[in-house]
Amino acid sequence: MINLKFKLNGEKVSVKTEAGVRLIDLLRNNFGLTGTKEGCGVGECGACTVLMNKKAVNSCLVLAGQLAGASIETIESLAEGEMLHPLQRNFLEHGAVQCGYCTPGMILSAYALLDENPSPDEEEIKEAIAGNLCRCTGYKQIMDSIKATADELNSKNK
Amino acid sequence: MKKNFSVVGRPVIREDGFEKVTGSAKFADDLKIEGMLYTAMLRIPETHAKINSIDFSAIEGSQYLTAICTRNDIAGIKKIGVIKNDQPVFCGDKVVTPGDVIAMLAGESEEELHKLIGKIKVDYTPLPVLTDPLKALDENALLINEEAGTNLIVHHPLRKGDVEKGFAQSDFVIERKYTTQLIEHAYIEPESVTAIPMGVSRGIKIIGSIQNPFTTRRIVAAVLNMPLSKVRIEQSHLGGSFGGKDDTMCMLSARAAVAALKTGRPVKIRYTREDSILESYKRHPYIMNYKAGFSKNGKINAMKIDIIADGGAYVSMSPFVTWRTVVQATGPYLIENVHTDVRAVHTNNPYTGAMRGFGSPQPIFAQESLMDEIASMLNLSPVEIRRINGLKAGDKTATGQTLQNHDVNLLTVLETAVEKSDFTNKWKDNRENKKILFEPDFSNPVLKDNDFIRPEDSIKRGIGLSVSLRGCSLGGEGIDAAAAYLSLQSDGTIYLNCGLAENGQGLKTTFSIIAAEVLGTTAENIYYLELNTGITPDSGPTVASRSTLMGGGAVKNAAEIIKQRLIPLIKSEWKLGDEEEIEFAGNKVSASGKELTTFPGLCRLAYSRGICLAAIGWYKSPDVHWNEENGQGDAYFTYVYGCQVAEVRVNIVTGEIYVDRVTAVHDAGKIINKLGAEGQVYGGVTQGVGYGVFEEVTHENGLIRELNFDTYTIPTSKDIGEIIPVFVEGDDANGAWGAKSLGEPTLELASAAIANAVYNAVGTRLYNLPLNLEEVMLGKKLRPVNNKRGSLA
Ligand code: FES
Ligand code: FES
Repeated sequence: MINLKFKLNGEKVSVKTEAGVRLIDLLRNNFGLTGTKEGCGVGECGACTVLMNKKAVNSCLVLAGQLAGASIETIESLAEGEMLHPLQRNFLEHGAVQCGYCTPGMILSAYALLDENPSPDEEEIKEAIAGNLCRCTGYKQIMDSIKATADELNSKNK
Repeated sequence: MKKNFSVVGRPVIREDGFEKVTGSAKFADDLKIEGMLYTAMLRIPETHAKINSIDFSAIEGSQYLTAICTRNDIAGIKKIGVIKNDQPVFCGDKVVTPGDVIAMLAGESEEELHKLIGKIKVDYTPLPVLTDPLKALDENALLINEEAGTNLIVHHPLRKGDVEKGFAQSDFVIERKYTTQLIEHAYIEPESVTAIPMGVSRGIKIIGSIQNPFTTRRIVAAVLNMPLSKVRIEQSHLGGSFGGKDDTMCMLSARAAVAALKTGRPVKIRYTREDSILESYKRHPYIMNYKAGFSKNGKINAMKIDIIADGGAYVSMSPFVTWRTVVQATGPYLIENVHTDVRAVHTNNPYTGAMRGFGSPQPIFAQESLMDEIASMLNLSPVEIRRINGLKAGDKTATGQTLQNHDVNLLTVLETAVEKSDFTNKWKDNRENKKILFEPDFSNPVLKDNDFIRPEDSIKRGIGLSVSLRGCSLGGEGIDAAAAYLSLQSDGTIYLNCGLAENGQGLKTTFSIIAAEVLGTTAENIYYLELNTGITPDSGPTVASRSTLMGGGAVKNAAEIIKQRLIPLIKSEWKLGDEEEIEFAGNKVSASGKELTTFPGLCRLAYSRGICLAAIGWYKSPDVHWNEENGQGDAYFTYVYGCQVAEVRVNIVTGEIYVDRVTAVHDAGKIINKLGAEGQVYGGVTQGVGYGVFEEVTHENGLIRELNFDTYTIPTSKDIGEIIPVFVEGDDANGAWGAKSLGEPTLELASAAIANAVYNAVGTRLYNLPLNLEEVMLGKKLRPVNNKRGSLA
């Protein structure tokens, strides 16, 4: 057992856990954050994507022992109450959500992309979500939403 | 027909969207209940084996074990199935395919349960394995299901005209063989279900990723030996299904329910991806022999088709899947003489059942490849051959059905696609540029000193197309009716519910749009209730792209019933004459252009006058009929038409195909939900490309090799280029304003269009899916020597 302290969705948290527990299980079981989904457990589908120190990571591949001092953000932290983050709103407006199982991971991968590269081109968008599988949408409307969000944020920042 | 729509056909945000983008949507595995138990399955790594004994003694008494469930715990039927009860909930004396489960452990820690599984001793004797579907009907073939006495699951014959005469009248006769592969649905959410015991008098409640709650209810009730009304099924948000969360979810629900009753505690089953791929059913591999006779002018006179579908170890949906095949096997062409036999057979391979497309992608690959091959023999273009043979209004299909009462838009979708993609010019250009500057020598593929391939020479472009007609809804498969419940509240908001299930396709949104359109309000005013078999009327399964057509019809009916109750009230309240036209639009009610009140105002008034504001709408399909003996009859009550054009680049050095663009033209009738419809096209085409180019579940002696996404690859954002959806909205008297089906047609066409595009690019005809590197380079699949499948041996 280790006594683990890290930042979760902006708040300092501490939890007693085995060092070998996967981050996804910590989030879902210990913190009740079920927005993070499991699709494969081997780092292939991206449904479990969360932000770790602002980078998109597969939470099924991160172990508790790696978390000390890290800052983790999950899909639950994006909206402020009823106010959706522009990415979330654009996902809805562009029809980028069907079953929605890939959606939290997809949005967080997009978030990490825009954080690093505010004006990505189509190839860069494709690259950023290439690790997030979606079986429903064919990706087109997802890419449109990311592009629209980038444009929107850029015009605001001008 | 209503012409001016205010909500229909415009972008509307999905009904369940907010929850899904914020992570608050509850999927099956997100459910947690105090005191709930988890499970682990006992299987053996064998395809076919006799179980001699199971020794649980090493784990009995373990603190981590709450219960062991075996077939002895089942009060009702011990074998289940959506059509035939042949799949054991827990196997007794034998396993017939590697996904089979012998027993299930329940306890508080999944992790500890998995350790316990390893300590159980199963004594078994491996049996010979049947993996070749072509050998399944041999006289001495081993029997997968001994009680059935044969490995034949079903045989659908179709006889029209006289094929021998047709061949005799033809200038040319060709015979070709096509094969398609086993593939996985690959919904991103693996299966999960929780069963909650409600006490002796109240039965059991089941919540899970269930595609067809009413089927699941029927099966669970039979397994528990309980009346239907004591089994309540609630659907969680479903993380994709594509036809795949039916049988498997019935099975898991039954197991969870047995364990819940045995332990008196809620029991959750959650599958890993490996469990899911191992145990769930898949798409049927087909082996298809086509023989076609045609005249010099391109007219097809006769077609003889023989198809074997590998049904695997269980019947599942095979009879219906192959029924659609027999109806559609000749494609959308007018052919006088047809002789088709479609058989599904048992093997020890992973079992196969319903999957988006449902028995159509396979024959479309064959028949559309064949049409192109005939065209090129006659020096006709792919467009010309289809113009000559394509079905028009009033023509008779292979089943003898006259196409009528709807716009028969086959040639319209073809011409639209040809024009939008500039097909003819590109097709000619590619053909002329086909000459390869450097021909690699495959007998000795090592480059010599002076050999040099310029990158631009190694890439060839191609364009190809395919067309289809598709029968809507269930047709001759069974009872076809759906119900919807609509209830107006006194403040103008509305509850809506339908017996068809939201599987991610966006049905809640589509239904909300339809109700809003009739009542002149907005989709945002509609609150969609979750499907619950305790409240919602049974509407049959959510399959066959029937939800918009059938459920949409029921929702429209419910809204109209209520509207008909409101109109007399309006007339008497505002003292209007009979001739005055009442209009519901923009959240307002007006008479002959003059606004009377708002929609909420009307609801308040109606409520205060004691008018019943709830109604159940019903939509029953027109009758169809079918003769099993000769495959003749009106198979479906209406049809949709589609044409897809694929533009590809083929790397002649590696055999790699990249799909640059797919133009997808569909007549799905009236488009209700625009964003949703486009989403169906993007998603369906992408699945179609995966099916066409690289997806395949392979197995060695029935043991699956690809058990997770590291080896089973589905398209990523980088695997596909542009997709251009185009809708041709043909008129149809059925459904809500003629809205029909779209989900499946989008998937069925791509593989054939790609194969035809490859031919256009490099001049090689491909006969086996997927069109992966080895198929493109060698025209066959490379497999371990001991694993040649029937079609390839
Ligand atoms: S669950 Fe982590 S990548 Fe699939
Ligand atoms: S929306 Fe279903 S997996 Fe992406």
